[in-house]
Amino acid sequence: MAKAKSKKFTNNGDRETIRKAPTGIQGLDEITEGGFPQGRPTLICGSAGCGKTLMAMEFLVRGASEFNEPGVFFAFEESPEELTENVRSLGFDLKELEHQRKLYLEYVHIEPSEMEETGEYDLEGLFIRLGYAIDSIGAKRVVLDTIEMLFGGLSNQALLRAELRRLFRWLKDRGVTAVITGERGDGTLTRQGLEEYVSDCVILLDHRVVDQVSTRRLRIVKYRGTTHGTNEYPFLIDENGIDVLPVTSLRLDHESSNERISTGVAELDSMLEGGVYRGSTVLISGTAGTGKSSLSAHFANASAQTGERCLYLAFEESPSQIRRNMLSIGVDLGKWEKKGLLKFVAARPVLTGLEGHLASIHKQVREFDPSLLIIDPISDLSAVGTERDAKAMMVRLIDFLKTKQITAVLVNLNGGGGSYEETDIGISSIIDTWIYLRDIESGGERNRGLYVLKARGTAHSNQIREFLITRNGIELRPAYIGPEGVLTGSARLTQESKDRAASVAREQEAQRQKRELERRRKALEIQMESLRSELELAAHEERIIHGEETARQGELVADQDAMARSRKVINTGTNGKGKGKQR
Amino acid sequence: MNIEAQTHRSDEAVSNDQPPKGRVELRLYIAGQTPKSVAALKNLRKICDEYMPEKYELKVIDLLKQPQLARGDQIVAVPTVVKNLPVPIRKLIGDLSNTERVLVGLDLHNAE
Repeated sequence: MAKAKSKKFTNNGDRETIRKAPTGIQGLDEITEGGFPQGRPTLICGSAGCGKTLMAMEFLVRGASEFNEPGVFFAFEESPEELTENVRSLGFDLKELEHQRKLYLEYVHIEPSEMEETGEYDLEGLFIRLGYAIDSIGAKRVVLDTIEMLFGGLSNQALLRAELRRLFRWLKDRGVTAVITGERGDGTLTRQGLEEYVSDCVILLDHRVVDQVSTRRLRIVKYRGTTHGTNEYPFLIDENGIDVLPVTSLRLDHESSNERISTGVAELDSMLEGGVYRGSTVLISGTAGTGKSSLSAHFANASAQTGERCLYLAFEESPSQIRRNMLSIGVDLGKWEKKGLLKFVAARPVLTGLEGHLASIHKQVREFDPSLLIIDPISDLSAVGTERDAKAMMVRLIDFLKTKQITAVLVNLNGGGGSYEETDIGISSIIDTWIYLRDIESGGERNRGLYVLKARGTAHSNQIREFLITRNGIELRPAYIGPEGVLTGSARLTQESKDRAASVAREQEAQRQKRELERRRKALEIQMESLRSELELAAHEERIIHGEETARQGELVADQDAMARSRKVINTGTNGKGKGKQR
Repeated sequence: MNIEAQTHRSDEAVSNDQPPKGRVELRLYIAGQTPKSVAALKNLRKICDEYMPEKYELKVIDLLKQPQLARGDQIVAVPTVVKNLPVPIRKLIGDLSNTERVLVGLDLHNAE
C-alpha cells in the first residue's frame, strides 16, 4: 500500500509512463500529482497579469534551488533587470542563482521598427542562443516567456508556425522540461494557437473579477497520460511565490493536540472541561451586542498571559478603539501589545479580495508566528466575495492554521433575521468549538446568555449561562433554573430575592413556632409548679389535719381519761353489774 | 565560396580617400553554410558593391562557431544583417533576395 503510494509520487513505477519534474510550487505538485511532464513542453496560458511569468519563474527558481535542475529563462517581454527586480518581491534572488550558474537569463528582443524582412529566413538564431544557454549551465529546465512576441516582430506567420513546431520538437529532443507561456486569445487558449503545438500539458490561469473583487484561479486544461485535479483552484501570489490551494484535494491529516488552552473566562473553561484544544477552531457567534468581541479579547488576554503570541485581525474596529473598549471591561490589551505578544491588524474587508485577505493572513501568520489567531468578524468577508468563495477561503484558512497548530477564534455576527444557529458563510461544519452568545429577552430587558453549541471531543456543559460584562471582565452566572424556567437578569434577581424572602419567612415561622412551643412548655412548667405547690399544700394540710386528729384523739383520750377519772368515782361505786342497773 | 568569418574591405584599393563619412558597418550573422546563408552573402556583396562600393565594412559571423555572439545583437532569425553604423540600427533578416527592401533597410535609396 505504502509502496504503491510512493510509486505514484516518485513516478518510478512501471505503470507510470510519464516522469514528472516537480515544480516546487505550493499546491501545484499536489494537483498535477508530481509536477510538469519531464522532458516535455508545458503551456501556461492566461490573460494579462494573471501570473504566467511568475509561475514560470518560480518553476525555474525552485528547480534550481530545490531540485538541482538548472534553468534557462528566455524573456521576450522584459529585460533581465526588470525581471530580477519584479521577482525580488517574491523572495527570488535571480542574481545569486545566476552567479551560482544555476540560472541563465536572456532577453530576446525584437524591435519591429528595426526589422526589414528581405527574403527567406528561419529562426535558427533563436535555436542557437537557446542551445548555447542550455549547454553553458547544463540546464534541465527552460522557460520561454512569451514566445508569441515573435509574432509581433516578424510578419511571416506561416514560417513562424513551422518554426515553433520545430522548436517544440527540438526542446523535446534536448530532453529539457520546458514551460511556454502564452497570452489568452479571443475564444482560444492562446492568441497564436500555441496549444496546438504543446499537447502534453496545458495550464490555464485566470484572473477574474466578480463583484469588483478579483480572484486568481488555475485549471489544468489537459495533461496527457496522467491523472490530475480537474477543478479550478484558487491561487495567490505573495512574497513567497505562488500558493495554489487545492481545496478539494486537501487531506485531513493534521496533528491534533490534546492540550487545552484557556478561553480567558474561568467559568467557560470549566464548561469546556478546561478550555479549547490547541489548534482547534473556535467560533463565537451571536447577534449584535452580545459580547462577541469582549469574549475574543479574553481569549487574547489568556493567550498573552501564558506568554504566547496572538494575532488579532479586526475588520470592524480600529485597534485603538478595541484597546479602549476592552480596557473599560478590565482587559488591558495595550500591555500585551507593548510586550509583543499581541498584534492587531485592522483593515476594512473590502480593501482587497478574499484572496488578498488570505494572502495577507498567511503573510501575517508567517511573520508574527502566533499561536492564536482571532478574526473579528468573519461575517464581513462575505461582503467581499460570494458566500461560496468566502466559505472556500475559510476552509483554506482553517486548514492552513490547523497544519500550523494555531488556534483560531472566529467571530461571526448573526443577522437578526436568519437562524441563530448558522453562520453567514456556512462554515459551521468545519468548526470544532462553537460558543453561542444570545440575547434573552424577558421582563422588559435583554440579557446575555452563553452556551456551548458544540465542542468536538469534549463532554461540554449543556447549560445556558447568563454572562455579565463587568468592569473586571466577563463573568458567568449560573442561570436561575426554577419552576418558572430559565430566568436571567432582573427576573433572576427578583426571583432570587423572592426566594430569599420566602426563606426568611420560613425561618421566622420556624422561630415563631419554636417560641410558641417554649412558651407552652414554660406554661406547662408553671402549671406543674403550681400543682406541685398545691400538692405540697395539700400534703401540709393533710399533715396538719392528721396532727390535729392525733391531738384530738389525744385530747379525746385525755378527756375520756379525765371523764373516766371523773366517772371513776361513780364507777367505783357500781363497779361491775350493779353499776348499769342503776341507770 | 568561403564565407567564414572574414572582413571584406571594399575601400582597400582606394588609399587616397579620407576616412569616408557615413561609413557603413555591417555584420552578417549566419548559421552554417546553408543555401540561405550563401545567397545572403552573395546578395549583400552585390548590393553593397553597387551602391556604396567604398564605404562599407562587412563582417560575417557564423553562429554555429560563435554562438555567444548572437545575444549581443539580439539575433533570432538567420540570416540577419545588422547595420550598426550609421544610426539608426537596422536589421535585415532573410536572404536579402528582395533588393528593394534591402535598399530601404540600409537607407540607400537616396544614394542612387
